Amino acid sequence: MSKINNAIHEIHCMDTLSARDQWVNQIHPLVKLVLTIGYIVVLVSFQKYDVAGTAGMIVYPLSVFMLADLSVTDSLKRLRIVLPLVCLLGIFNPFFDKNYILVAGVRVSAGILSMITLILKGIFSVLASYLLIATTSIDKLCYAFRMLHIPKAIVTQFMLMYRYVTVLLEETDRITQAYMLRAPHQNGIHFRAWGSLAGQLLLRSIDRANEVYESMLLRGYQGDYRYLQDRIRLGKKDVLYLFLWIVILGLFRRYPVILIIGNLFGGAFL
Amino acid sequence: MHMADALVAPAVAGTMYVCSAAAAAWSVKKIRLDTDTKKIPVMGIMGAFVFAAQMINFTIPGTGSSGHLCGGMLLSAILGPYAGFLSMIGVLLIQGLLFADGGLLALGCNIWNMAFYGCFVGSLLIWKPMMRKGISRGKIITASVLGCVLTLQMGAFSVTLETLASGITDLPFGAFVATMQPIHLAIGLVEGLITAAVLLFVYEARPELLYCSSSAEAGEGKFSFRKTMAILAAAAVFTGGVLSLFASSSPDGLEWSIEKLTGSTEIEGAAGSLHQAAGALQEATSILPDYAFKGSESVMGTAVSGIIGAVVVVAVCVGVCSLLKHFRKRKQV
Repeated sequence: MSKINNAIHEIHCMDTLSARDQWVNQIHPLVKLVLTIGYIVVLVSFQKYDVAGTAGMIVYPLSVFMLADLSVTDSLKRLRIVLPLVCLLGIFNPFFDKNYILVAGVRVSAGILSMITLILKGIFSVLASYLLIATTSIDKLCYAFRMLHIPKAIVTQFMLMYRYVTVLLEETDRITQAYMLRAPHQNGIHFRAWGSLAGQLLLRSIDRANEVYESMLLRGYQGDYRYLQDRIRLGKKDVLYLFLWIVILGLFRRYPVILIIGNLFGGAFL
Repeated sequence: MHMADALVAPAVAGTMYVCSAAAAAWSVKKIRLDTDTKKIPVMGIMGAFVFAAQMINFTIPGTGSSGHLCGGMLLSAILGPYAGFLSMIGVLLIQGLLFADGGLLALGCNIWNMAFYGCFVGSLLIWKPMMRKGISRGKIITASVLGCVLTLQMGAFSVTLETLASGITDLPFGAFVATMQPIHLAIGLVEGLITAAVLLFVYEARPELLYCSSSAEAGEGKFSFRKTMAILAAAAVFTGGVLSLFASSSPDGLEWSIEKLTGSTEIEGAAGSLHQAAGALQEATSILPDYAFKGSESVMGTAVSGIIGAVVVVAVCVGVCSLLKHFRKRKQV
């Protein structure tokens, strides 16, 4: 599957997942947005050597994956961009961090700890964003953005961009496929066709933008846009969900819960 | 050049959010939406175009590799700096949310590194002053290449500063900059040429679409080309000064190693700092020492406790969630 087809496929998958009738999908979008941002802030605030604390943050993605009935393996594909970048930066830590610790009498570079922490942070933050987008539709997310008073110029154009991105991706795929059929054994677009190929797509997009605008005018568009048909009210279960996670994440941030539980169980069995 | 959430500290992310939000607020004010409702749909679809066009592989002649389109410079050359900047925010949001290329926390950094430099510096300080006295093919090529190279260099330098300020990597500042800047010089050059090729096509087909094609748009700015060059030169001197300060106050890893090998007086200082850092590390890792197993080394005990604790937390999570799901299903039946 080509890169463009992959992108289209991923967008369709996200649309399908966010449209499901799952319990987590019904939570107020503002609660999920605030919780995701809060979770990522708490996650990255752990010290670079605090592997146990960072590992404890698995509690949020793991629970939401279970509650939302989502496949972890599907989400792992999303790590293909972030993980190499994080590993590339983290891999230097064992070489440049001259501190060390003793584990069972063996000297271990403290850089390894910071590398593991960095990788864990990278994985959990990507999973948290995935959980947000897999359980919340773009319309609802835009509704939450507006509740946070993000200007309508940004939110509306973001929503229109999302709606038309698949159309333009399909058009780009058709154009590049047509080019490849006429120019076999080529790795990409020849430099002589750089301007005309992307330029044609650009001119078509501008024409399409004008048509979209005219259609919107015919439907009564005057600068305001309704993101959802009905207003979503913040219910008791939304507040309870948020409160519960604040308490759990607060506990995991304040206390080394993993170590405390580990010592309790370890003390009993070892 | 997208920053990931894991690479930024909350303080750095917050600062960059404030900077990017200020630029966004200024842009929203400048595009005067109340009088022109057409701008939002055009911005949305142009953003979608940039996203789609970034998927096209352009073969670089003489090499086996390919390049991509530079979004910020292209958008601002068509839509202007303010609308272009807002569209780029949408593109970065889609990339971060749907494709995990970036992230919610790092969005402020990414907006600044890619959209701000690409649209404001590229358009206001390079494109607009150059096109003031009319657009020509030569000017388009020069502005595109110069714009892409310069804005990518600025973006790459910002990435380095943000990562180091976040304390994520132990890579020395000099080594990090020396890796980032040359790579992005090459990328900027290729992206600049692709952007120039697309803009030249637009110039030949429909020149009225280009920003500053009308005398009214071109006359709005306050900067002449000479003034712009003076500002850029001042910025370069300032950056050089800041860089030299960094270089003199923080010796890199190689210098540190040489000092250690030659046995200069610096060793004592380094050893002292190592000792202090090791002490701090010990403090950080020996959390709740009373909980460690009897007779075991404290760090080993902590490690084992950590592993057992993690397993128990995972088991509890899975158990509680399974029970919740089970009860919900029973309730539905």
